[in-house]
Amino acid sequence: MCIDCGCGPTDHHHHHHDHSHDHDHSHAQGKRTLRIEEDILAKNNRLAGNNRALFGAKGLFVLNLVSSPGSGKTSILERTLRDLAGNIAFAVLEGDQQTDQDAARIAATGVPVHQINTGAGCHLDAHMVGHGIEHFDLDALDILMIENVGNLVCPAAFDLGEDHKVAVLSVTEGEDKPIKYPNMFHAADLLLINKIDLLPYLDFDLDKCKAFARQVKPDIEILEVSCKSGAGMEGWYAWLAQGVSRKKT
Amino acid sequence: MHELGITRSIVEIAERHAREQGAVRVISLTVQIGALSGVIAEAVEFAFEVCAQDSLLEGARLIIDAVPGRGRCRACGAESAMDRFTYACPHCDALALDCIQGEELRILELEVD
Ligand SMILES: Nc1nc2c(ncn2[C@@H]2O[C@H](COP(=O)(O)OP(=O)(O)OP(=O)(O)O)[C@@H](O)[C@H]2O)c(=O)[nH]1
Ligand SMILES: [Zn+2]
Ligand SMILES: [Zn+2]
Ligand SMILES: [Zn+2]
Ligand SMILES: [Zn+2]
Repeated sequence: MCIDCGCGPTDHHHHHHDHSHDHDHSHAQGKRTLRIEEDILAKNNRLAGNNRALFGAKGLFVLNLVSSPGSGKTSILERTLRDLAGNIAFAVLEGDQQTDQDAARIAATGVPVHQINTGAGCHLDAHMVGHGIEHFDLDALDILMIENVGNLVCPAAFDLGEDHKVAVLSVTEGEDKPIKYPNMFHAADLLLINKIDLLPYLDFDLDKCKAFARQVKPDIEILEVSCKSGAGMEGWYAWLAQGVSRKKT
Repeated sequence: MHELGITRSIVEIAERHAREQGAVRVISLTVQIGALSGVIAEAVEFAFEVCAQDSLLEGARLIIDAVPGRGRCRACGAESAMDRFTYACPHCDALALDCIQGEELRILELEVD
């Protein structure tokens, strides 16, 4: 299956791609400078491009959910999957360093889910996603949700082939997160401000938070939600439906 | 700490080029890291020695070419320093800076033997 990364069907995780044959290159060419100018993320970006092309061919709308740990990504997914079951066909790729607790929560909603444990890795990459989707029948799906590892730094640097990164920020984290972790909020196209049911108990400044987000990403879309009370969720659902229909045409 | 993975890629790419050119070792390599790339140069330097072990890069000198961020304002056209993702133009205050430099993450050259 994996022509581009060169790994066989059984060596999915711990493969090394450098099958060096060690020809004896004793040409004694001496000291010299090689100008190479190669992008360090080129391999990830190439695999992400393959994923994106496949998603495009299947008309699949793909989101990469990023946030710090505990902002509510899994909770938002659970509610979304339950509320939209019957209208939209979802699958979920769950990225976590350890355990499959989130995957079990998603499986309980009846939606196909596949867990990727990154171990020491602090983000998903395009190669993991390329293999993760082998577990789904992509033709049967409308939306693929990828829940990235809870981490506001590393996932920003890795394109997975998604249509959009969606950043989730909960109001208990403070309004300054967008300017403290600018790369992540810059990379996102949509910001979900979650747990707004808790606003009465906090001094979180919503307007300030939005201004900070626009400072690092002027055209970011922002929706305020609570997956606990359900407030604002219809805006998110409308955004999803729009994305699906755009992708199908 | 995605710098560990990044550093592994650096070694992998450099080693592939060095082998293709029949080199027996890499003496130095120059890596360009933009201020807006999301990669911390110090963390790459820290990881490099370990990642280079048992490769053609073992003992190689890592030269980091740090590229400062620059933006150009869509509203007034002025260029300015942009060392964080802050889109406010210092000249006209519009939130309209386009990043024109600082997202680089590239291996520029290798000195090989
Ligand atoms: N009050 C309130 N609590 C919420 C809301 N959304 C999530 N939570 C709670 O926040 C905690 C963390 O939620 P999760 O959905 O596990 O967060 P996560 O982002 O998936 O966490 P990681 O996968 O570990 O990064 C849980 O206790 C949720 O019940 C909300 O809208 N309001
Ligand atoms: Zn592979
Ligand atoms: Zn989760
Ligand atoms: Zn990391
Ligand atoms: Zn300006």
